[in-house]
Amino acid sequence: MLARRIIPCLDVAEGKVVKGVRFRDHQVMGDIVELARRYAEEGADELVFYDITASPQGRSVDVGWVERVAREIDIPFCVAGGIRDVESARRVLFSGADKVSINTPALDNPTLITELAEAFGTQCVVVGVDSIRTEQGYQVKQYTGDPEKSRFAHKETLAWIEEAQQRGAGEIVLNCMDTDGVKQGYHIEHLQQARAICRVPLIASGGAGAPEHFRDVFEQAQVDGALAASVFHSASIRIPELKAWLAETGLPIRREAAA
Amino acid sequence: MSKHALVIVENGGSNINSVRFALARLGVEATLSDDPDTIARAGRVILPGVGAAGPGMATLREKELVACIRELTQPVLGVCLGMQLLYEHSQEGDTPCLGLLPGEVRHFPEQPGLSVPHMGWNPIRVRDPDNPLLAGLDGRHFYFVHSYAAPVNDACAATSEYGQPFCASARKGNFFATQFHPEKSAAAGARLLENFIRL
Repeated sequence: MLARRIIPCLDVAEGKVVKGVRFRDHQVMGDIVELARRYAEEGADELVFYDITASPQGRSVDVGWVERVAREIDIPFCVAGGIRDVESARRVLFSGADKVSINTPALDNPTLITELAEAFGTQCVVVGVDSIRTEQGYQVKQYTGDPEKSRFAHKETLAWIEEAQQRGAGEIVLNCMDTDGVKQGYHIEHLQQARAICRVPLIASGGAGAPEHFRDVFEQAQVDGALAASVFHSASIRIPELKAWLAETGLPIRREAAA
Repeated sequence: MSKHALVIVENGGSNINSVRFALARLGVEATLSDDPDTIARAGRVILPGVGAAGPGMATLREKELVACIRELTQPVLGVCLGMQLLYEHSQEGDTPCLGLLPGEVRHFPEQPGLSVPHMGWNPIRVRDPDNPLLAGLDGRHFYFVHSYAAPVNDACAATSEYGQPFCASARKGNFFATQFHPEKSAAAGARLLENFIRL
């Protein structure tokens, strides 16, 4: 049975893994390859690298670190941030990334989803969606990495997820901004709505604070994977123990960390 | 291993470098080539591939590699699309393929609750205990990404389940294949590539 995926997300700036307020006051946490290797050895099923400086600075991802990761790491990984055309995606994929994730560029130019799917196959194309509750229902926001540029995309979230699939998205990452950073659990209700219309893999993002939150989102929203950052980086949740516990609850989980 | 002991067929797939890096982690420097003579003389050949069957076969025809691959007698490993191209036919784009493995590759049937592509880690069940490629790998998880799958027939060496059983690994004579990506399948994938190198 297909295992549910545990996916740590790492923010990257200038070739280092960073944390802190995005775009300001980066605190360097360590070398990309070292941290990626640690997560892979602990049993992460996949990694997401979010280049937080590429997009706001209007430049493409530096593929040097992508290739360093690909040489060392033997699990799949996705690169997000700084991919705005077929050429930048090609460089990232041929450097060894398995997928590219696009968010704001897909909203600015939805045909980009189709162009990427036709060039590389839908399985390479992840569409990230930042969603927030409003009086008009759930709405998509864009430029969310930069508080000064962040704004509504004037798209209803579920309609955008439907459109993204029709245009060729092979996976959807739904980041629920209402629960993001609060560590009180994933946004089950919103993810259930998305699951009901999502025919491609759906990844939950935003809200993980405890092992129960992973169980709940897998059991109640039937997502394919759960993405988290701070709980893994701070080691408040360790992946081997999380996966052992999830497996005990009866969920299909891959349990074989590297020897 | 000698210089051209292992050749990866340069067929334009975006996973070529990932395969090359995975072999390098095992100490094997693979040669990338689309030259029929180099491929024919290799000790082992890997046919990678990501993407659609139609363009995949078109690339092999343009590079005049169809006859070359069909005539190989050394161990050959098809990975992902590289596996699917070894079959007789793919439903994807109604594409005639290489015909080295029997049967047709078909799209996963639409089922409620089944996301397609089939993406992620799934355990395999080895059917042929004597298959050297799969030695020690029964029950292990491998990383899959695909929307089309090969049938469970005589050539099927290992199955996996996604809504229905499908062929995760196949073999006929010197032609081996995996639907999953050993180059991205952690320790289990490394073991499979080691098995291939030692065939």
